[in-house]
Parts: sequence; structure tokens; C-alpha cells
Amino acid sequence: MNTSPLKKIVCTALLAGLFPAAHAALKIGDTLPDLASFKLEGKLPATLKGKIVVVDFWASWCLPCAESFPVMDELQKKYGDRVVILAVNVDEKAVKMEKFLAKHPVSFTVVRDGSQKLVATVEPETMPTSFILDGEGKVKFLHTGFHGEETRKQYISEIDSLLK
Amino acid sequence: MKRIAMILSATIILAVTSGCVNVKPWQREHLADYTMQPDRDPLRTSQAEHIWFSREEASGGSGVGGGGCGCN
Repeated sequence: MNTSPLKKIVCTALLAGLFPAAHAALKIGDTLPDLASFKLEGKLPATLKGKIVVVDFWASWCLPCAESFPVMDELQKKYGDRVVILAVNVDEKAVKMEKFLAKHPVSFTVVRDGSQKLVATVEPETMPTSFILDGEGKVKFLHTGFHGEETRKQYISEIDSLLK
Repeated sequence: MKRIAMILSATIILAVTSGCVNVKPWQREHLADYTMQPDRDPLRTSQAEHIWFSREEASGGSGVGGGGCGCN
């Protein structure tokens, strides 16, 4: 088949514009990248090894994130040292995160990915997205969005299963 | 002449299609802003729906779940 160069250029341009780049999101079974290498703002826990970790990506402009915070706080208080809730904020401006936290005070660890490098590596599907990791840092459960009581029950059930 | 037209067409197509971007879920702050909500003015929304109903003999079907942030 003889295809003109113009047709080839048009097809390539359309395909490049229409289809997003290959999705490389963190998924179940993967290991979370080393957080220390991403220059996150805020203090990371001394060690995550051997602990169940809930890594939650959130933003101040995301309403379901605000709904999820009391549940995350409840989980942190319920499980204490056995579970680390690590909320990674992806706001471009720190002041927005600070205002949000002043309105929604929490007891768990919050860090900010101001450069958005970690979130770009993890590529969460939506805001919020949370990953539940086992003691070896492997993703065991993944939650996209927050759906109130249904999600709360899932968190408890999944954390309990990992603690057994 | 044909060659110039081809190059020009290719340039235009590349310029236009390269404008297509996918806004990542963590970059939707501006889309989530209150001013981006099409139904932020209840009076205007009510008037628009009345006009729609009068002209089309149909109503509803104009709302969508969630906000501009595409959360949840």
C-alpha cells in the first residue's frame, strides 16, 4: 500500500495527541519508592520497616480528602504504633495545605510533595488515593477516592488482615 | 508548491494536536475552583433551565456528579 508522507504525519500526530503516555502507576504487589529520595517537606517517620503503612495522597482542594481525614485520624488512634498513616499533600502552595490542616487538625503524619515528583512517580488515578503497605513496603491494598463508611470498613478489615 | 502546502499542513496539524494534554489528577486544583462550576449561580441556573424547558420541551439531565477536580 502506498501511503503519502502527509498521511503518515497526520496519523502520527493524531495518535500522539489522542493517546496518553503509557500508565506507570503504582499497583498492588509493587514496592513504594524510597520516600527519602523525593525531598518531601515535613518529617518522615524514622522507620516504616515492619509496620503497616497507609500512604494517602491528598490535596486541599479535594472535598473527599477532607471527608477522609477524620477516618484516617480515627485509624491512627485506633491502631497506634502498629500502623503509620502517612498523608502526602500534593498542593502546589504550602499555605493551602497549612490552611486546610488548621481547619482539619490530625494526629497522623503529613508531608508535602511540593515538587510533585513522588506523585508523578506513583501516578494515583484520582484524589484521594491511598495505598496500604505491608511490613516490607509492598502495596497490598489500593483505594481510589473515598466513599465514606464503605471505605472506612474496608480500611479496618484490610489493616486487621495485615496485622494478623 | 505541493511540497510547501504539505509542510504547512503538517506544521498546522502538529501545532494543533500538540495542544492536547491530559490533566493529571493531582494538577486539577484550578478545575476544582468554585468559579469553574457551571451551576454556581442558582438564579442563572434556574433561568437557563426554564429557557431550555420552554424551547426544547425537556428538562433535567444537566447535572453531573462530582466537581471539576474529578475526585472520587
